[in-house]
Amino acid sequence: MDNQTPNLVEVRNMSFNRGSRAIFKDLNLTIPKGKVTAIMGPSGIGKTTLLKLISGQLTPDSGQVLFDGHDIHKVSRKELFNLRQRMSMLFQSGALFTDINVADNVAFALREHSNLPESIINTIVAMKLEAVGLRGAGKLMPNELSGGMQRRAALARAIALEPELVMYDEPFAGQDPIAMGVLVKLIKELSESLNLTSVVVSHDVVEVLSIADYVYVVADKKVIAEGTPQQLKQSDNLQLQQFMGGEPDGPVPFHFPAPDYKKELMGENR
Amino acid sequence: MRIVERITALGHNAIEFISGFGRAGIMLWNAIVNVPRFRKGTPLLIKQLYVVGVQSFVIITISGLFIGMVLALQGYNILSDFGTSESLGPMVALSLLRELGPVVTALLFAGRAGSALTAEIGLMKSTEQLSSLEMMAVDPLRQVIAPRFWAGVISMPLLAMIFSAVGIYGGHIVGVEWKGIDAGSFWSILQSQVEWHQDILNSLIKSVVFAVVVTWIALYRGYQVIPNPEGISRATTKTVVQASLAVLALDFLLTALMFG
Repeated sequence: MDNQTPNLVEVRNMSFNRGSRAIFKDLNLTIPKGKVTAIMGPSGIGKTTLLKLISGQLTPDSGQVLFDGHDIHKVSRKELFNLRQRMSMLFQSGALFTDINVADNVAFALREHSNLPESIINTIVAMKLEAVGLRGAGKLMPNELSGGMQRRAALARAIALEPELVMYDEPFAGQDPIAMGVLVKLIKELSESLNLTSVVVSHDVVEVLSIADYVYVVADKKVIAEGTPQQLKQSDNLQLQQFMGGEPDGPVPFHFPAPDYKKELMGENR
Repeated sequence: MRIVERITALGHNAIEFISGFGRAGIMLWNAIVNVPRFRKGTPLLIKQLYVVGVQSFVIITISGLFIGMVLALQGYNILSDFGTSESLGPMVALSLLRELGPVVTALLFAGRAGSALTAEIGLMKSTEQLSSLEMMAVDPLRQVIAPRFWAGVISMPLLAMIFSAVGIYGGHIVGVEWKGIDAGSFWSILQSQVEWHQDILNSLIKSVVFAVVVTWIALYRGYQVIPNPEGISRATTKTVVQASLAVLALDFLLTALMFG
């Protein structure tokens, strides 16, 4: 990784279990400032969990997560909330507040954390909505928007406080090609124009590789590959190639572990 | 072996119950211990007072009226056998103030507002709205739980008083308007028999205790919900069942302390 760029987030030897099931074991990764870092991997390996660990919503069993040098799981709740004003997250569902309209959703964090007059808040909201192409939808309720538009509105809300770090949780999941293209463009443009540090968690290989500066591929509780999109495409790691090429079988088996098939059909395992 | 398993399960359930009680206590403590924010907190409280209190008004009023009327009808039939039908007023009033007002209001509140609170918070959790509050550095306990808790604690005693008042009026309709008891004796005996401390204050104390318990259970069940449709369904059912049982058990305890 580029050692010249200071890191905004560092995950050091982090292990996390859910009950008796290990999700991560001695995981290490770094998120450099001002870059788009992608975290990819098959479904169910804990990509969303990783974002929740980075943002302090979950606590690891061992290891550290440093945000701008602060151990996010060691700071007090007040300090954690202060750090969270410098980061934001785009949830997979959008997570807009359903009882207030789109403009109020975008204004929510501004009203909570600033003493700006309402006229300035309205101006900022209009600018953020304009950036995601939804200035005309400010008065609509979230349930009046399509899935893609809800995610764009949530993106406007995520950048309202102009955070340093934006984490995108599966931003392309369930989107039609047009909405997906719009989101790819928005993430790229917003990251560049606002100099945001972005973490994109996704398994949409083509879209992610088109915008990422650096990619981590997580599987089997650890990082199995990392590098620039170009380096990953040229890698000879079989597990990585299976994931990138979308092969149904390979090092990651198609079948869930089971007893011998023939014996089961013959009734020997019953 | 079976006995060992049963003992293990019993111990597991006991630990679960105690730790759940602890988690609920911590949630409530963190929600209410925060310094109130009058500028931002008041609109949230007013909105919840409307949702939890005002929207429960109709069911409470209609139930109170009918329960008062039934009480008066049954009471009149018994009292008239002994020639004491003038005592109908205090009988209806004391039954409502001491028992039925706080208890039935709490049961109706658990079914009407408690289940709605659990489902609403459960859905907020399953749609990641609580997580997004956390990520916006806004404490969900302060933003979501605290206003709903105070709205429940403020509105339920008021609803219980309304229930009792409407019930007494229902008793008046049956006793005085229908059965022909003298209005003067109905009200004057009622007034002389009902005491401020013994009846009205104790009624208020009961409904405040029930309000705390019912709202607490509803909020905790919503906050701890497993975020899927089955989890929300189970949580709302648990709210109604546990809140109702808690109200009935606490009613016995409080009655024993106040009147025993």
